[in-house]
Amino acid sequence: MNDLRKVASYQGLETLSSEALGQLMPMFLLLDMRGRICDLGPTLRKILGGQAVIGAAFARHFTLRRARGGRARRDRRTGARRLSLSLVSYPEISLRGVAVELGPRAGGRLLVNLSFGIHLAEAVREFGLTEADFAASDLAMEMLYLIEAKQAVLAELRALTQRLDEARHAALTQALSDPLTGLANRRAFDAALEVALADQRRSGREFALAHVDLDFFKAVNDTFGHAAGDAVLVQAAQVLSAEVRRGDLVARVGGDEFVLLLYGPSDPGQVEALVKRIIARLEEPVFHEGSECRISASVGIAISGAYAEPSVEQMLADADQALYRSKRNGRGCYSIHD
Amino acid sequence: MHGAINKSVQAFLRDHYGAATWSRVADRAGVGREGFEAMLHYDDALTEALLHAAQRELEEPRAALLEDIGAWLAMTEPLRRLLRFGGSDYWDFLYSLDDLQGRGLMALPDLELPELTLQSDARGDFTLRVRGAMPGWGAVMAGVLRAMADDYGALVVIEPLEPQSGAERLRVRLLEVAYSAGRPFDLSPAAAEAGHE
Repeated sequence: MNDLRKVASYQGLETLSSEALGQLMPMFLLLDMRGRICDLGPTLRKILGGQAVIGAAFARHFTLRRARGGRARRDRRTGARRLSLSLVSYPEISLRGVAVELGPRAGGRLLVNLSFGIHLAEAVREFGLTEADFAASDLAMEMLYLIEAKQAVLAELRALTQRLDEARHAALTQALSDPLTGLANRRAFDAALEVALADQRRSGREFALAHVDLDFFKAVNDTFGHAAGDAVLVQAAQVLSAEVRRGDLVARVGGDEFVLLLYGPSDPGQVEALVKRIIARLEEPVFHEGSECRISASVGIAISGAYAEPSVEQMLADADQALYRSKRNGRGCYSIHD
Repeated sequence: MHGAINKSVQAFLRDHYGAATWSRVADRAGVGREGFEAMLHYDDALTEALLHAAQRELEEPRAALLEDIGAWLAMTEPLRRLLRFGGSDYWDFLYSLDDLQGRGLMALPDLELPELTLQSDARGDFTLRVRGAMPGWGAVMAGVLRAMADDYGALVVIEPLEPQSGAERLRVRLLEVAYSAGRPFDLSPAAAEAGHE
């Protein structure tokens, strides 16, 4: 049985034309005993271009990178060896394949069948290959199809991620800011105050908390209407933002209440100078549709350096108390908790 | 329903009829104007609502609308290319349709494309049987086949047949495989782009 098959295969090979072999294995290579190229498949011919190939030494066109094992490691029955090659003219494109010895009746020639490995897409681009350049049994078309399908899906996913990220960013900004003035809101302020306290505990960096309450705001609202009130709030927000330093935080925490988290000036003298300037600027009239709107502000201040162990609750309560003292003192003034 | 399908309908309406038409259809269907995400999933009822709204807005019967969508889809470059991987000529392409569902699954493992079966009869005509989760895939495929015939440069006549045992059917008469030059197709997308420039 074994012998019969052997005879049949030898006969088959003798009648197999170069063209038929090329159809089955468009990248076959037939080498003689001395390693010269006797014949090759059409796709391999296309890849090697106009170079003189027949009769040339194998090593002129191919670099053998790896051949699995020596004589001992070959498949016993067929003498087949797995190969890994690269093209001399395109070292970056690797080929892989298998070599079988055709035996003494075929003059000891070696039949090699090659295919592209992972560099299939590059090879297709580099050599302008078409479907006809691959064997019908080759999975190259499926591989190319998958590469493109995967790229399309990935592009779609990347775009989705981008849109989700933008939406997340917008939602976050919305959740932490006051829509009228664009300032931080109560939630953002609470978070920032926690961070400021943790910062001080860790690095000793002191800060001041100023609670700013607009005076006469209700009168502006009642007399000139909500639009005028909104204009005054927007103007106040601009004044506060302009007066503090970069890195300080201005938040709107109620209808006409603002808080400042000041990192720059932390000794009482500096804070007082800043707050005086702020009150003076807030007292400048705001003109809204011909109406002159005038407000002032009362401020209560707590300075973190004044506490042995400052806490959020304590500092907020103390700033509040200082604010009410200012209100009682006739408005348009400030008090520092001590 | 896979978002890719809803997104395709949306993209067709917006690219083919304009943003205003899409907005009116979205409003009619009760879908946000921002539309669908191709990589998310949606309720099947939403797809139905969308098609229903498009039909009323465009005053077109369902089959004509779906056929236009199919043809438009096959003409969008990424999809056209993926379909062209089916074979080197229209004859090969027709035979590759048996694998279309599987190819779709290779790209998106949860994409519910219809099951397609191609049969040829004694006269050399083909019958494509289309069995999908929703009725109407037959019309979509008629559009795809029509557009791909132009793409390959083949001359074909495509006509719907009566559904049989739950499958929609199309008759495809391939009059000439190479009727015109068709559009070029290069296996390598980079080479294809360079060719267009």
